[in-house]
Amino acid sequence: MTELAQGKDFLKMSRQQEGPRETYSWIGKSMKRVEDPRLLTGQGRYIDDIQLPNMAHAAVLRSPHAHARIKSIDTAKAKALPGVILVMTGAEAAQVTGPTATFSSPPCIQYCLAVDKVRNVGEGVVAVVAESRYLAEDAIDLIDVDYEVLPAVVDPVEAITSSGDAVLHPERGDTNVALTNHSVFGPIEEDFQNADHIIRRKLRWSRVGGTPMETVGAIADYDSGTGKFTIYCNTSMYNYVGWLIAVSLNIPAHKLNIIPTIAGGSFGSKLFIHKLPTLTGTLSRACGRPVKFMEDRLDNLTNCDHHACDRIYDAELAVKDGRMTGLRFKVIDDYGAYFQFGVGHHGNAMSQAVGPYKISSIEMDLIAVLTNKCQQGAYRGFGSEVMNFLLERMADAAIDELGDDPVEFRRRNFIPPEEFPYVIPTGNLYDSGDYAAVLDEAARLLDYQGWRKKQAAAREEGRYVGIGIATCHERSVFSATEFWFLNPKDQPGFTLTSSPEGVAVKIDPTGKALVTLQAPFWGNSPETIATQVLAEQLTMDPADISINYSDTDSGLNGTGPGGSRYTVMIAGALAGASAKIKEKLLKVGGHMLEASPSDLELVDGRVCLKDVPEHGKTIAEVALHAHYFRLSMPDDPELTSGVDATYVYDHPLTTMPNEDRTDLGVFYPIMGHMCHMVVVEVDPETGKLAFLDYVAVHDCGTMVNPMTLQGHIRGGTASGIGTALYEHFFYDENGQLLNASFADYLIPGLHEVPDDLRTGHVETPSPFTEYGIKGGGEGGRMGAPPAIAGAVEDALRPLGVKVDELPISSKRLRALIREAQNS
Amino acid sequence: MATASSNGRIPIALKVNGVAYEREVEPRKLLSDFLREDLALTGTHVGCEHGVCGTCNVLLNGETARSCLIFAVQCDGAELRTIESLGTIDKMHPLQEAFWEKHGLQCGFCTPGMLLSAVELLEKNADPSREEIREAISSNFCRCTGYQNIVEAVEFAAKRMQEASQ
Repeated sequence: MTELAQGKDFLKMSRQQEGPRETYSWIGKSMKRVEDPRLLTGQGRYIDDIQLPNMAHAAVLRSPHAHARIKSIDTAKAKALPGVILVMTGAEAAQVTGPTATFSSPPCIQYCLAVDKVRNVGEGVVAVVAESRYLAEDAIDLIDVDYEVLPAVVDPVEAITSSGDAVLHPERGDTNVALTNHSVFGPIEEDFQNADHIIRRKLRWSRVGGTPMETVGAIADYDSGTGKFTIYCNTSMYNYVGWLIAVSLNIPAHKLNIIPTIAGGSFGSKLFIHKLPTLTGTLSRACGRPVKFMEDRLDNLTNCDHHACDRIYDAELAVKDGRMTGLRFKVIDDYGAYFQFGVGHHGNAMSQAVGPYKISSIEMDLIAVLTNKCQQGAYRGFGSEVMNFLLERMADAAIDELGDDPVEFRRRNFIPPEEFPYVIPTGNLYDSGDYAAVLDEAARLLDYQGWRKKQAAAREEGRYVGIGIATCHERSVFSATEFWFLNPKDQPGFTLTSSPEGVAVKIDPTGKALVTLQAPFWGNSPETIATQVLAEQLTMDPADISINYSDTDSGLNGTGPGGSRYTVMIAGALAGASAKIKEKLLKVGGHMLEASPSDLELVDGRVCLKDVPEHGKTIAEVALHAHYFRLSMPDDPELTSGVDATYVYDHPLTTMPNEDRTDLGVFYPIMGHMCHMVVVEVDPETGKLAFLDYVAVHDCGTMVNPMTLQGHIRGGTASGIGTALYEHFFYDENGQLLNASFADYLIPGLHEVPDDLRTGHVETPSPFTEYGIKGGGEGGRMGAPPAIAGAVEDALRPLGVKVDELPISSKRLRALIREAQNS
Repeated sequence: MATASSNGRIPIALKVNGVAYEREVEPRKLLSDFLREDLALTGTHVGCEHGVCGTCNVLLNGETARSCLIFAVQCDGAELRTIESLGTIDKMHPLQEAFWEKHGLQCGFCTPGMLLSAVELLEKNADPSREEIREAISSNFCRCTGYQNIVEAVEFAAKRMQEASQ
């Protein structure tokens, strides 16, 4: 038990209003998505579908160099091209617009276009606005930039000792080390002294990215009459940090209205878009016309600020009597050219640093470095997916070295169900769980014993079949403390602690509900989920509910999807808002029925007497009365006209870290769990891998929509397969990104994923969230890589091949096999 | 072959979703941009602009084509079909219904191209095997679904369409 947790009865801190129920009307049903009809008929209205009157188009000249000083820029020929409206260099933009937002401390300054220096291939240098995108790109070709090439820093280990001209941000000191952190949680020395085995591994997790099918875009429209900016963007956190774009534009926050559009996928990459709105805003203000900029795929792959964790681990695991006790690791993380989230990804990973296991101590020695690559952003897992890989690889290594059983070893090490809520050494809390139940369900679905027999038979035929198991976590519902608690203690930066989600609900005079969300659709199912929860709350027909999205002018506090938080948070907000709506309906209904509200209840869309249910009024009748017959009711200040409510739901359970950060507090307590079991066959001649079977069992607490959850699991697993086997943003020694196209950066196609990925569910409701829901948006990607790595290693056990590095491409696998066969 | 007018544009005549259009276009204008900008048919999405992902698929004289790799002028005299030619919200095409039913989409961005690949398949082969469906769909990328539900949706639609035609 940590210092902060001592004496705390966490269950008493629960703000849960609606516990899990035996039966539901709408929650738990695989309701078809309400988002789909317009998407299926080509009427989604994504960012690039928006055309404003008199709109001009921007293109951006990008750096061909990884690291260079901009000596001079000649834009004369571009400016002279007919149809060109504006040419703006980074230095010109910086005269009117400040740096973009960052969570890093000390800040790592980034502008929407490079000023003085470029720091990665693809970084924007000059923007052109023209009558069409074609003309803007023509003009780009007419710009001459004179660069003084600087040393390119590519290798993360070499980056630690960079100095002089090789330093990306000299204002942060003569080093490319962005931040170091040494943290110890629990009795690490004691655990290692008492260990009977110490397992050592070096692991490499390579750089990949979310790469949604739609790139990022923004359209800015500056009105010089009012001084107001309207910016359309496929961003997510606009009601959380959108105002920081106004700060960059040097305007008051209320002079910027951000209108969200639906996003054609994000997976985290569109969470915190700041560069494009800032750039288009700057251009629109300068040229007096609405300006659209859409990234093309090259822009997106080289410079969208969305590459993900790029880590080298050197780890040791202490084991005593077949039980894991302590884990210590050195980790170097290559953050690329800027540092927008600081080491938030490592903060995140501390939420589930022991996974599902009773490990009593953790020691982390972190070095975050800056290199001449696209900067890191968010991608499905936000660092915890790598922690899962580390833990499961270390568990598999222990199993291997001890000759233990992969199922029984895990089971023996699990935190047992009776110990929840459970505080882990870092200070975070696990709310609930039954890990053995998940493991058993996966083994049953897969027919684990049956596959072991088939594997033995295959091996006799000389075939390389392997079974991989990953039992790991999906923390859900982030708290903002993760962004800063690993920052230097004397310079923690902006120590925000809020991560709310609001909602507005209005019942119109005909009894239909309009729900306004404060965060956009980005491929998840916010409209469906909100419809199901509100229908449950107000006993309404889902067809009578419609969903809307706020802009920042009308917006309440909201944080948006990310960290598998949205379903939990919007359910909390809706429970709060609908409690107010219900109260109003009962009060108005009480006057209509001449009954006390306490004698009334809401059943099947009617306000009726508890003991005489046939005596009642429909929501539509009550709503009409509430909207238009004020004088028929008493002069009660609570009986204002209409039926509407807003509610901002704050994080269900979060606490502060302590001063010396030996205890990070509770920050990610809604703990999902999963077991992935995968069977692969490796062709030793070609290194090609085939999936023979794949089972994923997840526990996301109470399920709101099993169909969409399954969609997340299958889709997330596919992206996890990409991470495990195919994807890698590959920079050469000069810092050139060699695979910046979909022809070369290999996201999985249909033939790369299992034909039938079978899913199962266990439900251990959270005691802290409404209905006991936990998040589930990232899980697939958080479980697949370690399960697949384990399966490959198991398949090649006769050769003694170890899988320490991702992606396990056929080429790498062939090299490992060749090496094993030669030795 | 039509000749360029004085502004460098080329006159073209083509049919899109059964409607005849006559337009003058720059020779370099991509079909995807022509559909989206000149005809306001924004259901055709652009994913990679280098012909890999299939998001921008349209049916060109009955065959799928990457509209990001074709110039509009190449479509003079052609018959094109885009996502807007399938069903409407009130009366969906069986494939659209099946994608809805089987959760064959999440963000919806790849969906128009995916649906047109499926239309092409089912018009040529009303009773495809699962392997044939997988082969047909494998020309398109989807980053959300992991493909399985898409394959199941096409299977489901094929079955329903056959039942309806019997």
